Amino acid sequence: MAEWSLYEVFVRSKHGLNHKHVGSVHAADAEMAMENARDLYTRRNEGVSIWVVPSDAITASASDEKEVLFDPSEDKVYRHASFYKLPDEVGHM
Amino acid sequence: MYAQLVETGAKRVKSLDEMSPEERAFQEKIDAEVKIEPKNWMPEGYRKTLVRQISQHAHSEVVGMLPEGNWVTRAPTLKRKLQLMAKIQDEAGHGLYLYSAMETLGADRDEEIEKLHQGKAKYSSIFNYPTLNWADMGAVGWLVDGAAIVNQVVLQRTSYGPYSRAMIRICKEESFHQRQGYQILLDMMREGTEEQKQMVQDAINRLWWPALMMFGPHDDESPNSQQSMAWKIKRKSNDELRQMFIDQTVPQLEYLGCTAPDPDLKWNEERGHYDFGEINWQEFYDVLKGNGPCNRERINTRKKAIEEGAWVREAAVAYAKKQKQRAEAA
Repeated sequence: MAEWSLYEVFVRSKHGLNHKHVGSVHAADAEMAMENARDLYTRRNEGVSIWVVPSDAITASASDEKEVLFDPSEDKVYRHASFYKLPDEVGHM
Repeated sequence: MYAQLVETGAKRVKSLDEMSPEERAFQEKIDAEVKIEPKNWMPEGYRKTLVRQISQHAHSEVVGMLPEGNWVTRAPTLKRKLQLMAKIQDEAGHGLYLYSAMETLGADRDEEIEKLHQGKAKYSSIFNYPTLNWADMGAVGWLVDGAAIVNQVVLQRTSYGPYSRAMIRICKEESFHQRQGYQILLDMMREGTEEQKQMVQDAINRLWWPALMMFGPHDDESPNSQQSMAWKIKRKSNDELRQMFIDQTVPQLEYLGCTAPDPDLKWNEERGHYDFGEINWQEFYDVLKGNGPCNRERINTRKKAIEEGAWVREAAVAYAKKQKQRAEAA
């Protein structure tokens, strides 16, 4: 199996929803990865669409650098609707 | 329980003061119920324990297909055959979810499978018992999958993210297994001949104790439990889980109109639990060491499957290469 590549599997569970990562499969090529993903992750109508992506094609953020990477969004409370206080009389906005 | 006696390498649990800053930060995360993910720093012992436990769990799912595979061609009706095949396919799927979770820890699937074949890796003791009559398919689904569910429901909260997520998927599928097993027995008890009813009782007599052994040794005989609990790989002790299983199973046993092969099994009003007799631990350790009724047969079947399937895997690689070359040439 060493010659088989690892693919990450993303499944769209219903029309209108986005694809979500569900796990991975080993396969000799993309077509086989698709068939394996179908057998492994959608045995009970869990999906309407599947993406398979070679695992080594994914660039991930390092979890230990979480603070540095997400720091720019930490101190910008004014980006949230709740920052803007309005009088009750204005009603729902 | 699909994992038994998982070695942690720790003689005792370190206190926070004794830990390095990294270890302490890690333990504090665990204590705060923050899931550990593949790229996070983790102690080597935690990683190794998880590889052992998850691989053992995966091997159990895969070897667990064999006792049932024995009945695919012998199922009494087409309906039962289809149900059994669906269940077996699920077990293969569960094995794959778990091998994938294990690979996120840097372990190699082929290497871990090779350890199984060399007898260096364990799998659940329960799958070393033979399935002798059709009622065994019912009893395996009801008792063995039932015991697995008790353990796996708790493992959904295990501290390692990929393992926890695999458990959540598995639990969703597992209740079908237990219900189809119980229904097989219920049908035999309600509509079966006297002989068929005796088959049900016989299956329960043989599988009752091995099912209780699935939870592993008593807490005070389980040297690795403390560290596994501190790391929250394990969330409840062997004895706690075994008691939960017995408490929920005995009423189902009575509803079937069957009995357990345990004269000491009785409700204890004061404890609010069932009391039960002592497990034959010598048998448990013998089976775990490789001397159960079917250990050799199971491993030989696995090896044969891998060896005889080699040409299919090689052909798939050759085909993929050829397709790629053609696409590049065009």
